[in-house]
Amino acid sequence: MTALHELSLRDAAARVRRRETSSVELVRAALDRIAAVEPAVGAFLTVTEAEAFAAAQAIDRRVAAGEDPGPLAGVPVGIKDMICTAGVRTTAGSRILERFVPAYDATVTARLKAAGAVIVGKLNCDEFAMGSSTENSALGTTRNPWDGSRVPGGSSGGSGAAVAAGECHAALGTDTGGSVRLPAAFCGVVGLKPTYGRVSRYGVIAYASSLDQVGPLARDVADTALMLEVIAGHDAADSTASPRPVPSYGAVLERGVRGLRLGLPREYFVEGMQPEVEAGVRAAVRELERLGAIVEPVSLPHTEYAIATYYLIATAEASSNLARYDGIRYGLRAPADSLGTMYETSRAAGFGTEVKRRIMLGTYALSAGYYDAYYLKAQQVRTLIRRDFDQAFQRCEALVTPVAPTTAFRLGEKVADPLTMYLSDIFTISVNLAGLPSLALPCGFDGSGLPIGLQVIGRPFDEETVLRVGAAYEHATEWHRRRPRI
Amino acid sequence: MAITREQVRRVAALARLRLAPEEEERLTGDLDHILEAFARLSAIDTSTVAPTAHVEDFGALLRPDTVENPPAGDEALANAPARDGRFFKVPKIIE
Repeated sequence: MTALHELSLRDAAARVRRRETSSVELVRAALDRIAAVEPAVGAFLTVTEAEAFAAAQAIDRRVAAGEDPGPLAGVPVGIKDMICTAGVRTTAGSRILERFVPAYDATVTARLKAAGAVIVGKLNCDEFAMGSSTENSALGTTRNPWDGSRVPGGSSGGSGAAVAAGECHAALGTDTGGSVRLPAAFCGVVGLKPTYGRVSRYGVIAYASSLDQVGPLARDVADTALMLEVIAGHDAADSTASPRPVPSYGAVLERGVRGLRLGLPREYFVEGMQPEVEAGVRAAVRELERLGAIVEPVSLPHTEYAIATYYLIATAEASSNLARYDGIRYGLRAPADSLGTMYETSRAAGFGTEVKRRIMLGTYALSAGYYDAYYLKAQQVRTLIRRDFDQAFQRCEALVTPVAPTTAFRLGEKVADPLTMYLSDIFTISVNLAGLPSLALPCGFDGSGLPIGLQVIGRPFDEETVLRVGAAYEHATEWHRRRPRI
Repeated sequence: MAITREQVRRVAALARLRLAPEEEERLTGDLDHILEAFARLSAIDTSTVAPTAHVEDFGALLRPDTVENPPAGDEALANAPARDGRFFKVPKIIE
């Protein structure tokens, strides 16, 4: 019999609605699992035990009264600590927000609660989501559940690790340059970055506002689709949240890929990739062909410029967004006798090395004399990167690529050289620059037993196709059923 | 074009970041290394390319400007590092 914490999100919610299992039992199983594995994983920054039991009891009362508590009825979920939770501290993995307690829920938090989900805690991440390994968190180390000497990926490393380790049935992350997809790939779970504008960002701590998007992580594609359906849609509190209607994502999952035209971008199979990653992704492409998809080569010629373009735009936006941390209304304040000194010393004490590096890079790129050469230039190249995708999507309905050039690397391996770390995002960042939806899902394991991630990129607002491709692959394979022994 | 220690100091002042001497030195090297790698963008001719600031296609969404929030209570001040009654307290601004 499957342990409660191993149930899919859908099965767990169905059991609560049928009164076969109570929400309190699910929450107790999740908290027991958290207590058992957290010393080895370190996914959570805050565990909300009391709030979770209170919420679960309320759900159970509603079920007992004959009410339907919603599609996520009573199921334990985790939330990345970039996303505000009323009354529960929200740190962004930073010293500067270590004691910050939001007065309100982010829209995505409120939508999860309204759908019946029970939040069991807040998940570790790189400070202000700036990183690819979660090693930039100022508040804790998260380890990969498949191998404790490896990183979980980042920046939503706590979300990937917690879902993989069975500490919650699904989680929310944020993805600015790959921060949902990279941890999903490294931890062997499913992660979706929705189209820019598909999900509200109200109450989500800002990193780079033209790129940031909230996305779900779960253990299979159908659970991921259900999470997306709950959080997506227009929000009067976020003018960037699209008014387009939200389709029923679960309804398209069984349609298969027969006749679907999939593009294989040649620039995403490069020298220096881990050979097992390339082999795993190519085998997945053959499987999709066997299932009836038509695969053809495409070219995204500006791919080699994506890292530079992304890190100039993202850091410029970050330097502006993070100007709000001034020590006045909230956050860390260093003692000082003048206002100017207070700003400088509070920010010096509150921000970590990578955040300072990105604020400096972004401030430089926006400063007088350098704006045209760096920031404007990057925005122009962004247009070229978008056009590459537009052209590929004239023929293809989705693109299939690796998520990252390697499987999970070792803790400490890339911290010394920021550029080497930035290269982990080489296959994910173009998607953010173009604002596209993209799914990461497991497609094999390397010789060390580490998961390999497959990426399916879609046309704007066509989450249905990427989920459909993912579901077809998942039905034909067993990779997503493997769990780390922890 | 190499980044100088003086440029790093100037940018740090713009960003309101007080850097320790060893941080200044490290960031001078880091920014130099990163910007040298990013110089590859200058190889692309973008003279006829419009910049992309954001990818949205639906323009500005407007709604009636109606008051929906209740008047702020104490929660707005709950995270204040220093307060005096209903006010945020800050160091002296005018000497």
